[in-house]
Amino acid sequence: MTWSVSARGAHQPDNTAFTQQRLPAWQPLLSAGITLPLFFCAGLAFIGLGLGLFYSSNGIKELEYDYTGNPGTGNCSLCATEGQGRSPPPNCSCAWHFSLPELLPGPVYLYYELSNFYQNNRRYGVSRDDAQLSGLASALRHPANECAPYQLSATGLPIAPCGAIANSLFNDSFTLWYQRRPGERYVEVPLDRTAIAWWTDYHVKFRNPPLVNGSLKLAFSGTAPPPNWHRPVYELSPDPNNTGFINQDFVVWMRTAALPTFRKLYARIRQGNYSAGLPRGAYFVNITYNYPVRAFGGHKLIIFSNISWMGGKNPFLGIAYLVVGSLCILMGFVMLVVYIRYQDQDDDDNDDE
Amino acid sequence: MERELEAAEEFAPPGRRRRPGGRRWEGRMRTVRSSLLPPLGTEDPAAGGPKGEKLLMRGCTQHLADNRLKTTKYTLLSFLPKNLFEQFHRLANVYFVFIALLNFVPAVNAFQPGLALAPVLFILAVTAIKDLWEDYSRHRSDHEINHLGCLVFSREEKKYVTRYWKEIRVGDFVRLHCNEIIPADVLLLSSSDPDGLCHIETANLDGETNLKRRQVVRGFSELVSEFNPLTFTSVIECEKPNNDLSRFRGCIIHSNGEKAGLHKENLLLRGCTIRNTEAVAGIVIYAGHETKALLNNSGPRYKRSQLERQMNCDVLWCVLLLVCMSLFSAVGHGLWVRRYQEKEALFDVPEADGSSLSPATAAVYSFLTMIIVLQVLIPISLYVSIEIVKVCQVYFINQDIELYDEETDSQLQCRALNITEDLGQIQYIFSDKTGTLTENKMVFRRCTVSGIEYSHDANAQRLARYQEAEEEEEEVMPKVGTVSQHGSTGSHQNIRVTHKNQSIKCHRRTGSLAEAKRVSMLSKHTAFSSPMEKDITPDPKLLEKVSECDRCLAFARHQEHPLAHLSPELSDVFDFFIALTICNTVVVTSPDQPRQKVRVRFELKSPVKTIEDFLRRFTPSRLASGCSSIGNLTANKSSHKSGSSFLPSLSPDNMILRLEEKLGQGAPAIASNGYSSQAAQAEGWTPQCTPEKCPRKEAKQQDRELRYEAESPDEAALVYAARAYSCTLVDRLHDQVSVELPHLGRLTFELLHTLGFDSIRKRMSVVIRHPLTDEINVYTKGADSVVMDLLLPCSSDDARGRHQKKIRSKTQNYLNLYAVEGLRTLCIAKRVLSKEEYACWLQSHIEAEASVESREELLFQSAVRLETNLHLLGATGIEDRLQDGVPETIAKLRQAGLQIWVLTGDKQETAINIAYACKLLDHDEEVITLNAESQEACAALLDQCLHYVQSRNSQSTPEYTESNVSVGFSFIPASTSSDSSPSPSLVIDGRSLAYALEKSLEDKFLFLAKQCRSVLCCRSTPLQKSMVVKLVRSKLKAMTLAIGDGANDVSMIQVADVGVGISGQEGMQAVMASDFAVPRFRYLERLLIVHGHWCYSRLANMVLYFFYKNTMFVGLLFWFQFYCGFSASAMIDQWYLIFFNLLFSSLPQLVTGVLDKDIPADMLLREPQLYKSGQNMEEYRPQAFWLNMVDAAFQSLVCFFIPYLAYYDSDVDVFTWGTPVTAIALFTFLLHLGIETKTWTWLNWVACGFSTFLFFSVALIYNTSCATCYPPSNPYWTMQTLLGDPLFYLTCLIAPVAALMPRLFFKALLGSLFPTQLQLGRQLAKKSSNKFHAPKETSAQRQPPGDSATELSEKKTMGPFESLPRDCASQTSQLTQQLACSPEASGEPSAVDTNMPLRENKLLEGLGTQASGPLRPEEAVSVECPGDSRRKPTSTTQPAPLSSLFHLPSIGSLNWISSLSLASGLGSVLQLSRSSLQMDKQDGEFLSSPPQPDQDLHSLQGQATGYF
Repeated sequence: MTWSVSARGAHQPDNTAFTQQRLPAWQPLLSAGITLPLFFCAGLAFIGLGLGLFYSSNGIKELEYDYTGNPGTGNCSLCATEGQGRSPPPNCSCAWHFSLPELLPGPVYLYYELSNFYQNNRRYGVSRDDAQLSGLASALRHPANECAPYQLSATGLPIAPCGAIANSLFNDSFTLWYQRRPGERYVEVPLDRTAIAWWTDYHVKFRNPPLVNGSLKLAFSGTAPPPNWHRPVYELSPDPNNTGFINQDFVVWMRTAALPTFRKLYARIRQGNYSAGLPRGAYFVNITYNYPVRAFGGHKLIIFSNISWMGGKNPFLGIAYLVVGSLCILMGFVMLVVYIRYQDQDDDDNDDE
Repeated sequence: MERELEAAEEFAPPGRRRRPGGRRWEGRMRTVRSSLLPPLGTEDPAAGGPKGEKLLMRGCTQHLADNRLKTTKYTLLSFLPKNLFEQFHRLANVYFVFIALLNFVPAVNAFQPGLALAPVLFILAVTAIKDLWEDYSRHRSDHEINHLGCLVFSREEKKYVTRYWKEIRVGDFVRLHCNEIIPADVLLLSSSDPDGLCHIETANLDGETNLKRRQVVRGFSELVSEFNPLTFTSVIECEKPNNDLSRFRGCIIHSNGEKAGLHKENLLLRGCTIRNTEAVAGIVIYAGHETKALLNNSGPRYKRSQLERQMNCDVLWCVLLLVCMSLFSAVGHGLWVRRYQEKEALFDVPEADGSSLSPATAAVYSFLTMIIVLQVLIPISLYVSIEIVKVCQVYFINQDIELYDEETDSQLQCRALNITEDLGQIQYIFSDKTGTLTENKMVFRRCTVSGIEYSHDANAQRLARYQEAEEEEEEVMPKVGTVSQHGSTGSHQNIRVTHKNQSIKCHRRTGSLAEAKRVSMLSKHTAFSSPMEKDITPDPKLLEKVSECDRCLAFARHQEHPLAHLSPELSDVFDFFIALTICNTVVVTSPDQPRQKVRVRFELKSPVKTIEDFLRRFTPSRLASGCSSIGNLTANKSSHKSGSSFLPSLSPDNMILRLEEKLGQGAPAIASNGYSSQAAQAEGWTPQCTPEKCPRKEAKQQDRELRYEAESPDEAALVYAARAYSCTLVDRLHDQVSVELPHLGRLTFELLHTLGFDSIRKRMSVVIRHPLTDEINVYTKGADSVVMDLLLPCSSDDARGRHQKKIRSKTQNYLNLYAVEGLRTLCIAKRVLSKEEYACWLQSHIEAEASVESREELLFQSAVRLETNLHLLGATGIEDRLQDGVPETIAKLRQAGLQIWVLTGDKQETAINIAYACKLLDHDEEVITLNAESQEACAALLDQCLHYVQSRNSQSTPEYTESNVSVGFSFIPASTSSDSSPSPSLVIDGRSLAYALEKSLEDKFLFLAKQCRSVLCCRSTPLQKSMVVKLVRSKLKAMTLAIGDGANDVSMIQVADVGVGISGQEGMQAVMASDFAVPRFRYLERLLIVHGHWCYSRLANMVLYFFYKNTMFVGLLFWFQFYCGFSASAMIDQWYLIFFNLLFSSLPQLVTGVLDKDIPADMLLREPQLYKSGQNMEEYRPQAFWLNMVDAAFQSLVCFFIPYLAYYDSDVDVFTWGTPVTAIALFTFLLHLGIETKTWTWLNWVACGFSTFLFFSVALIYNTSCATCYPPSNPYWTMQTLLGDPLFYLTCLIAPVAALMPRLFFKALLGSLFPTQLQLGRQLAKKSSNKFHAPKETSAQRQPPGDSATELSEKKTMGPFESLPRDCASQTSQLTQQLACSPEASGEPSAVDTNMPLRENKLLEGLGTQASGPLRPEEAVSVECPGDSRRKPTSTTQPAPLSSLFHLPSIGSLNWISSLSLASGLGSVLQLSRSSLQMDKQDGEFLSSPPQPDQDLHSLQGQATGYF
């Protein structure tokens, strides 16, 4: 009611620091004086960090080989030209020969890299059913609509695993052979294909459907493999802990990459004699060439790399720190000049006063 | 029952008769009948057509609202739909819901649909809960009010029973007792008061605390027995409900067909309180929401602030940007799809049916999805945040203790919640004068009676003492005793009025402000009574004359013509004081108990209301028959009998006939007989009434102080003044006024009419019968300009006429003098009416009163007819003191770059002098006065002035041009321009203003006004005020603020961008209309300069930050599109995307938006020019917006590409990469805010910490909670993994730093090299607070280096010394252009000839007497244009009759009065322009023909020497 407003008690406001807006405060002034030390400190710190990063990144050794098979780039071009399209001849293989003049310190990681492959495009990225992959029986039979058109097979069976991501599973395989001295026999280097996926993915997120009579195959009965797959999901690996949805390659693949050029971990080399790294000598990688990328201008690379505390080889961060650091220093100097001039002026003013 | 039936049928014919004419009324009339009557339809079923019509009307009555108050908007059921509907009126909500719904379309969805709805629902829910709560509290208060009790007449029980308010219906009879609140709009039918009066207090309605009088409807007041509702059969026709509090029209149709007019005096309004009346009864006319009080209650106001408008515009830019981005993406996606669709790309997902998606369709889908993904660009939280910030700002303004006025115990109220930031951008202030700049506490200062001036020097001294004492204030408490002694000795001739309250006397003497406060608090409920106003020290000379009159009259009163024994002068003195005492509407009460009526009845019960009344009173038959005080009723009856039996159904024609008849016989009777002294005594004299009665009364008066409740403070001041001369108003009833004089005792005047004050007539009158002479007298009190025109023209032939003329011219001179002193002047005049004249007038007046349709107009005309041929008695000068701190406030506001216009209804001289007093006009600046009498003259004058101003400006070109460019990186250019050479000020009067506001001239007027430093509009009407504001607002596109305190300022307050009401003396109307209500004018300074600046700067920065934040965030997403085939996928998890704005990044900016102080308050007050940043919109201007956007784009580039490159060629997945990007964005936002925040309190730190903590904790919980729940993103354990990754920390460190480096760098560089005024102010504030303990230095730092203020102060101190030599020098070079403007040429009345010289002399004297004041050279460029010959001497302006001087632009500070009265109209203007051209050319080097009049030189020199 409006007319009852008038009669109230004492209207005197509270006299507190908060209500009177007198809270103790720090009032920095953005001027040369205050930013000067900031710039110098930040600059020095960044340059220091940058140098550290730069050297640690430089310490990382990487070997990479583009085996896309573009004409004239090695023996993979044969495989590449042999089968265009989605079903290359299964038995085409090619090799990459290289030699290490010295030890490549371990642990050595084997990556494959795809470029110009848009795993992050929206329609592709959403085309999966996490419920199905977590082993939910109902979701296995009824894949989510997002999986379309890889939701149901032509015969009407639910596809397991459904979706475009699963359908496009990377299916090249590599074996590494080592020759200690020229003329010696090539020995196969054991590739540790376990624990290449995130621990949580492998143990929590991806689960096989409950076994039926102890058999994974029966659990998957009534489903169809994705159209591009040549074998059903339960036959991805003979190892029962690495087959079905918890196949490590599959799990790794299902973690969609952020950028169109990405690498994914294929294996680690840390067993036996190779725990210290790859010793000097000659090597070749036998590549089973299945995955067609030339059609859309993609590239496939195979990479050996060791890692440092800060991850894989990437000189950028070190350089960035150095650049930003030196910019800071530069700005600091500009500020210094300004500060000196301004300070003089200020002093004069003070004198005048 | 039968009787009623009869009555109803009797009523039918007139009803039918008035139908045809009344048809057009039907729409705006309503009919009210007693609810006790059985419904008409059942009563006479056989009624014909008209009955049916009435039935319809009756039906209408039934449908009328009951008295239930229902201010709630919703019911339980309707809440949801209605509230949602209302919320969707806000376009933004529709937009967000649309986007959320878009998510339900599978082809384009970006997020989980439910999730996408969450923020919208959240926002809607918050608003809904707020609305619900508000509605509930409204419901509760409604309930409370609805269940108040009230006595309502019950049909069944045949008596008054208590009912709830809500049960009252239209047509019910209610009975109210003293101090009860009126439940509905009630037509007053009966009152316990024998006069049929009732007093109400309308404080709840309009805040006015004085009692208002209401009258019982005519026809019911004569009832002898108590009013019985059962016998009420009349029908009331009245207006449809409307919200006009000051108007009510209608008529009551009695069962016998008689009609009586109803007016607002009969209506008791809901919400008012019954006072001083035991009990009243009435019929409910309007109930519930149809009551005027509720119709007036429009609730809070919503305005859009300028900043918000600008922001909305920028929001539109953002929408455009959003659409552009989406379009770009869509096209990109289309191309991308086309590129890959044929190539069997493994990542290409075909349609559900296996066919590949066509690029066009893909583009369309992508477009829609992009809009969803980028929706953050239009921040959903923006509006909510702004509202929150504004509410907090309002809270802080309300809480500011510096805006709290102890005296009135009121603080600043923000009535509009959403225009706080407008306070920081005001460019023009339009101020009322009275009550706004001044106290509106009127103090009687001087008066002139019959041409003799009484200067009241002692009174002036007293006032001065009062002021001094006030200044000394509380710390002199121990000295109180001595002060009081001094006071008593000093005022030995201070003759005190007999009945004066002891406490007040003593407090006045001590003069302690604290005491004054206490008393004013105690007597707060009485209007206008500060001790200063009450105690007036009379002028001894005048006092002597008054007592002489008194004695003389006391001696002569038994003789036939007592007044004839007085000399004309003394009789004027006597009349003067009588007029002061009775010509008003002051109600006399005593402070403690309710008003006791003096129960001395006279034979007349009411003012003359009908012709019968008149006949009864003034026919000699009645006089001859004599009268007794109790014979009223019998006389009434006998007159009925003796008159004629047809009187009850008297038609107007008959009455007039009769009247004339009576007059015909009456006149001789009066002549021969007159009144017997006996009769006169019986009627007029009471003190000697009964010996036992009088002492008691005397004794009673000793202990009770009379309190005067006046509608305006002037009235009270005059009554108090008269009381000081022992002419005391002791009682006022509606029909009689009693005045007490020491010797004469109590004189009781029969009050025949009161013609109230209105702003058009500018005067009020009372018609009384003089008890001494038994003549009918009209006393008129009004503005001098009006009253002087209404005087009886006096011939210059006889001595008497010449004498009169002389008196008038003298009075006029004094009036001018008063005006020069800044006093409010009122003229008092009198007219003696003969019976015939009165009868004539009365007849038309009664017609006017009875008319229903154009009652106001007719009454106005009637009043005008009466108030002519007046005899001038004298004039008064009332001082309206300036409020505390007004000059300082105005100076500060002006320093702050605000243009202050004063729009006042006062006369020009008064206004000018108040303007000088409050430093609005400066003595060393020119004043252009615009007084035009016709449209053409006004146009010509405007041209002339424009020309002059421009030529002036062209001479000071450097500053002028600079002022345009003063963007203000330093103090120097911005401030010198405004201060170096003061621009002239403009004074314009109401008539000229009316011309100037015409379409054709408004541009010129505005252009001229813009050039002027301040503008003074005098004599302006409320409408003109609002027109001026509107003009400036629309044409100059400027932010305007209007401040005022009275009802006449309401329109102006409503028109302005910001309306400020002063909750002062004149009620609450201005406050009700305002956006902000301040207790005093001086609080405006802090409100604008501190709070306005803060609010603006805070909100501007926050809005900019909002835009920055969203653009930057959206930028990240946009850059990502280049790497995901423009497919509208987002690397940032949907949760972060949706809640980022709402949760993670909102709190710090809110805290900053609420608490940030760019400059401390004391610094802002010390350097008001800092306010200009808000006026120039420095913080939030378009380039700032775009710069901000560019910076946002840059920052988003950095924040995108640093993680991009850092994670390039790695096995990172989308969301593991997106989360660092989000974190980087958050840190960048916080750091950016850190750069923008000027004041870091612990709240800021907490808010930033909380934001970071919230983000990480939400991320961790979210990433742990469910492995598969949130498709398509699979954030499980992402954050945890990232926290173990050094790369995450490294990117989070470098990206924000790199992004903000340039901003920090440039800000610091600008802050050091080209600091803005604000930054300088901040530096200064910091320095002064650092060196707080070094007072020497702080004082030095008050002026920043190179600050204009230093220069200004230097100049000021130098000023007087320099001016002297210049003075002399310029005397030689001075030039006066005296154009022939003789009265003959302009054809003015001959009276002017005699007046002019006199007035000049007086004026000069007046100037001379003011030598004590500062140097006051009248540097007025007064351009006068007496366009038509009707011009009266009264309206000539102050310096104009003198040789007003034309100012020489080149002679910097020296000023000359240049008389430039123009002969007439255009011709003279041409002359003027020629002369001014000459002056420009010669540059003041040649001497003009007529030398300066000597007096001028003398007076000027005298002043100059006096000054040193």
